[in-house]
Amino acid sequence: MLSKSQARTFFLGGTIITFVIFLGLSWTSLTKEVPKRTHDENLTADVIAGKHLWEKNNCMGCHTILGEGAYYAPELTKVVERRGEGYMRAVFSSKTPWAPRGRKMVAHNFNEKEIDQLIEFFKWIGNVDLNGFPPKPDYNSTINTK
Amino acid sequence: MKYNSQKVAYWFFALSMLLLSLQIVYGFIMAFAHMGYDGLHPFIAFNTARAVHTNLLVVWILSGFMGAAYYIIPEEAEHELVNVKLAYIQLISLALVGVVAIIGFHFNYWEGRKFLEIPRPLDYLVVANVLTFLGLILTTLYKGKKRTTTALVLSMGLLFAALLYLPGMIWFDNQTMDSFFRWWVVHLWVEGVWELIMGGILAFLLIKITGVDREVIEKWLYVIVGLTFISGILGTGHHYYYIGVGKTWLVIGGIFSALEPLAFLAMALFAVSMYRKGEKKHPNKIALSWTLGTAITSFVGAGLLGLAHTLPQVNMYTHGTLVTAMHGHLAFWGAYGMIVFAIISYTLPNLTGRKLFDSMTGIVAFWLANIGMLGMTVAFGVAGVAQVYLERKMGMDFGDVQKEIQVHFFVLVVCATMFATGIGMYIYEFIRYGTPSKEALLTKD
Repeated sequence: MLSKSQARTFFLGGTIITFVIFLGLSWTSLTKEVPKRTHDENLTADVIAGKHLWEKNNCMGCHTILGEGAYYAPELTKVVERRGEGYMRAVFSSKTPWAPRGRKMVAHNFNEKEIDQLIEFFKWIGNVDLNGFPPKPDYNSTINTK
Repeated sequence: MKYNSQKVAYWFFALSMLLLSLQIVYGFIMAFAHMGYDGLHPFIAFNTARAVHTNLLVVWILSGFMGAAYYIIPEEAEHELVNVKLAYIQLISLALVGVVAIIGFHFNYWEGRKFLEIPRPLDYLVVANVLTFLGLILTTLYKGKKRTTTALVLSMGLLFAALLYLPGMIWFDNQTMDSFFRWWVVHLWVEGVWELIMGGILAFLLIKITGVDREVIEKWLYVIVGLTFISGILGTGHHYYYIGVGKTWLVIGGIFSALEPLAFLAMALFAVSMYRKGEKKHPNKIALSWTLGTAITSFVGAGLLGLAHTLPQVNMYTHGTLVTAMHGHLAFWGAYGMIVFAIISYTLPNLTGRKLFDSMTGIVAFWLANIGMLGMTVAFGVAGVAQVYLERKMGMDFGDVQKEIQVHFFVLVVCATMFATGIGMYIYEFIRYGTPSKEALLTKD
């Protein structure tokens, strides 16, 4: 039967081995994959300022980005593709809470420069390779199609 | 209670209960907002409520862990806490940092990174606070007569939890990098080192309550924390599926996170079999209920419900939906909420010297809180699955889907009321025990 010292070896050994593998995989990801998949070269000052605005206003407290955040408001990674720049500008500059279908967004009342920065940020993140996320709806009705 | 300095634990537990009550209030604000009643929007917008809700969770659980450590370490090391005054200062500063952060969230003073919203200047105070705490615990352990496995595992969990807070403080320009390291904190906390803390507390409770030989319990403790790390460290991969890193993580994350329930299963089997094996029947039935309850509920909430959406093929659809909230609620409650309740239930009679554990209120509180939370989990689950099908499969607009699933938040509020009633009763009992007394040192635990 397993002794206490064998159990301890299992714990320490297992932890060290998996942790080393984890560090190795992380290193590969961060140095080899992330720059290419996120188009590191496109991280302009505006994109970074946009990210800063995203954080300063805790947008993640309602929305998700890369699927992370809260579930009160839409996922925004592909928002440029889905809504277009014009719609986004209207939302960002709204002086009263933007409330599609009654659910209110905080009226941030951003200025022109901030709006440009936010849009640059969303354009950049919309081009990150996310292994196919978010999924494209694939439902086809068998009743309405002939 | 054997050591006078253990008393400090009581005040950490009291802070813990206070913050939990506030957390529940903000939970209700969000549940009503999801139903369409957002009258508080101008004062407490959803993102404020959300940041307050999750940060209070983290702080009340940490306060509970710290209280547990201040109680357990002196007893295990057979040595008074090295500096009691410093422990009280640490308590007050923890409360202050928490309060300032939470008030700040109402005035746009935050960092906007899920779970790590506490603004940077306060982060440094958190670090100073935790260092003080660790200093006290580790010095006590070092000066103590004994260094038991239980005490070592608990301290190791606390030490690593502190170290892992640091990657969350690095600034990145790239959102993918930001997210990558944010999970080093969040995931490696809740599916890694916090399980060490939980395991340590659980082992302590089982030793005290069941009377099973320490050697046996501690041997299995090693196996459990071994399983936790072997599955949990590489299991971090399940957060890396869709954030802009490579496909290797789909495989690694898929396999290792599918193994994660094993640690929780082992924990549940361990607690139940030790209870069966135990000759000693401790009269504190309420502590026993919470101890077995935490082991079983964490397996369901963290283990099984995590497994339900951890495979990449499933997670592609559930990632970023209310399904996550479903898993999150029962996982945090089962694993970390309930272990704090268990240690409080066990220590209160010892700290105060009043053996009031034979009360109906305590038992009703246990069942109401648990059935309420289970109901909330089901409501989140139904809403989440409906959301996945309508939005991700059929392509309905987000807002239209949210209208469709509003009704589930009514069910959620009903169950949450039940949960809150249970918590209210538990806190009523907590207050009934009164504060720690000198006589408690003379009575047997």
